[in-house]
Amino acid sequence: METIRADVAIIGAGGAGLRAAIALAQADPKLRIALVSKVYPMRSHTCAAEGGAAGVIKPDDSLEHHFNDTVGGGDWLCDQDAVDYLVQEAPRELIQLEHWGCPWSREPNGSVAVRPFGGMKKQRTWFAADKSGFHILHTLFQTSLQFPSIQRFDEFYATELLLDEGRCAGLAAIEIRSGQMRRFDARAVVICGGGAGRMFPFTTNGAIKTGDGMALAYRAGVPLKDMEFVQYHPTGLPSTGTLLTEACRGEGGVLVNKNGRRFLQDYGMGPETPLGKPVLKTMELGPRDRVSQAFWQEQKKGNMIATRWGDAMLLDMRHLGEAKINERLPLVRDMSISYMGVDPVTDPVPVRPVVHYMMGGIHTDKRAATTLPGLFAAGECACVSINGANRLGSNSLTELLVFGRRAALSAAEYLQSGARAASESALAAGANAAQARIRELLQRSGGTETVAGLRKEMMHTMEQNAGIYRTHEGLVEACAKLADLRRRYRSIELHDRTNVFNTDLLQALELGSMLDCAEAVAQSALARKESRGAHQRLDFVERDDRNFLRHSLAHFDSVSSPRIDYLDVVITKSQPGVRDYSGGHE
Amino acid sequence: MSERQVEIEVLRYNPEKDKEPYFQRYSVTCREEWVVLDALNHIKETIDPTLSYRWSCHMAVCGSCGMMVNGEPKLACKSFLRDYPGLIRVEPLRHFPVERDLVTVIDDFVAKLARVKPYLIPKEPKDVAAGEYRQTPAQLKRYKQFTLCINCMLCYAACPEYGLIPQYIGPAALSLAHRWNEDSRDGGREQRQEELAATEGVWECSFVGACSEVCPEHVDPAAAIQQVKIKSTIDWYTEHLMPWRNK
Repeated sequence: METIRADVAIIGAGGAGLRAAIALAQADPKLRIALVSKVYPMRSHTCAAEGGAAGVIKPDDSLEHHFNDTVGGGDWLCDQDAVDYLVQEAPRELIQLEHWGCPWSREPNGSVAVRPFGGMKKQRTWFAADKSGFHILHTLFQTSLQFPSIQRFDEFYATELLLDEGRCAGLAAIEIRSGQMRRFDARAVVICGGGAGRMFPFTTNGAIKTGDGMALAYRAGVPLKDMEFVQYHPTGLPSTGTLLTEACRGEGGVLVNKNGRRFLQDYGMGPETPLGKPVLKTMELGPRDRVSQAFWQEQKKGNMIATRWGDAMLLDMRHLGEAKINERLPLVRDMSISYMGVDPVTDPVPVRPVVHYMMGGIHTDKRAATTLPGLFAAGECACVSINGANRLGSNSLTELLVFGRRAALSAAEYLQSGARAASESALAAGANAAQARIRELLQRSGGTETVAGLRKEMMHTMEQNAGIYRTHEGLVEACAKLADLRRRYRSIELHDRTNVFNTDLLQALELGSMLDCAEAVAQSALARKESRGAHQRLDFVERDDRNFLRHSLAHFDSVSSPRIDYLDVVITKSQPGVRDYSGGHE
Repeated sequence: MSERQVEIEVLRYNPEKDKEPYFQRYSVTCREEWVVLDALNHIKETIDPTLSYRWSCHMAVCGSCGMMVNGEPKLACKSFLRDYPGLIRVEPLRHFPVERDLVTVIDDFVAKLARVKPYLIPKEPKDVAAGEYRQTPAQLKRYKQFTLCINCMLCYAACPEYGLIPQYIGPAALSLAHRWNEDSRDGGREQRQEELAATEGVWECSFVGACSEVCPEHVDPAAAIQQVKIKSTIDWYTEHLMPWRNK
């Protein structure tokens, strides 16, 4: 088997992976960096982020405000030392991107412009029209091309981490073009593999968001933290799930029900604010969990609009006018017209909540280190946790920059601390075993299950039982179903047994990742008998700080369901309080 | 919900099994609002799991799903079935080697992109602690359009010059080089000029303009290339007719 020798291997070349690679290249030009991704970097899902990245820059704002918004927005499940680090580093990282040429939108005087975002008390969201993630990704990708020590392995699918004596020592990956297995030796590995939204049928996430990075770490013994917290973004197009950024509301768009009522005022986010004059942290600028939950309640009352894709509310942006929509929200206009046949300049756009982001992920500390020596993680696949029970919009792009860099620095420190190379025999044995597993899957005959069939059942279960509101019965059903699907997964038979760009094989592997992640979601949700942030239980409607002001940790088990235990939340200065989005604050 | 039966012909090629590419026809029950990508996904899920193609975002921003649809370079996620009343023929992007089925090899572009130094070479280096560079909305507007390239390769598939002369750097890489040249923070034009003004650079372009017609993001690579040509011509005259200007 061909072996690639690196000092650090990074899995995933989206925003976090690229940021980590650049940080490593700058930290020590002699480091050999292998950037391994199942897609070309510019295809990574960071490109789909629209609204922007939060970082304190304006004189009326402060790190304390950003901290408080984030911790309260996360319903006090954030680790406050990590949030401190995030808000401190955020402005530096965003300026760094500016120095690398990111085309941030500007004020007339040439300074960087910021826009309002949900749950944020001050305007602090840096943006590049409504393609902020796209510009961040391409700025990072193109910037990375100047560093010869970053060697890219585009379209390599990592199947396993290689371990030696309780340390991570590399990975095995399929070169998709040839179908051949490759061994990557690396004293440190950083996982930046993105989220897992594709376990749900209705999601803003691209096809590649299948939780592969999470599953790699999980199977290697690193727990997945807070997996029950799945973010629904309130405004997706009902036909395709395509995201219409929160900036639609930040710029002044409003949400109405079938009677034309701005119904958020009936769910603790009122009183109503004047049309076209959005007020921070209330009404349409409430946090995503609350807005999505209000939709669900309103739907129960029969106040939503029936569309052929199900119930929807209306996102009305007409009062913004054509010029502002074209300047600030050009993609939103294009998507609405293309995929819904509705021009937001002239008509309200039907939207409904859609699975968007995983607050949970690979358990790391605030240094982005996992519990497995030599393994680090950053970005959506990781859970530091700065997002707690509900991420505020525009914190994730910031997170992938701050913690992408942090993971790189921690990996470099780990190497300097004298991490020795793994033994040849352990690496060879691990890689050969990984290859044997892929061969077995590829050649298996007599199987009774199909990738598409199991995937459909998984998605249906998640949608039915692990959505915005959950119950004991539903989650028990989901857990049983997912355990069954994991068992049946072993009987999958592929239709395609060839080597070159075998997407039948890749989809089977991706399904395996999603099933493991999905079970962690359902089991963690079943065990959390309270309602907090994005995890809402109809049978336990209150937040329960006495029992659940704790992170859940799901530990992988290859044959049975994951074991769930808990870890205390780090609280430094903000004691759990009431999340107030009533507009009653200053 | 209105549905219709759509006939789709897809170019198939698996280097391990096929001597040469062939068309395979599928008859698919499609919803009226679907795009070509939805139809391909439906085929893969319910008819033929061996069909290979790239896709991800389904919102015309990741640039994965470029392919020929009825002979034109298109993003499959933005090609609406309603615009194709008859048979739909889907092929891999023209001018690129085929890896398998609709998957092409894009190494050539990726290498060329790196050659034009597509990153900020600061005019005045500045420490991060010193804050952001100022850039007015007017300065931003000068290059903003050229930042919108999603590297989808449709322009290369449309470009007759690239088809004839594979060394040609091509529309996307040239537009991106121009994007950095036009950025008020950048001072790297001279370093990029060697690639841009070389024979395989802008002068290879015969201004057919097909690149701009097919660009899904309205980047207008043809305009970028013409602007580079004009600036390069000024350079030439400055150098040869006004030598005193070169210090």
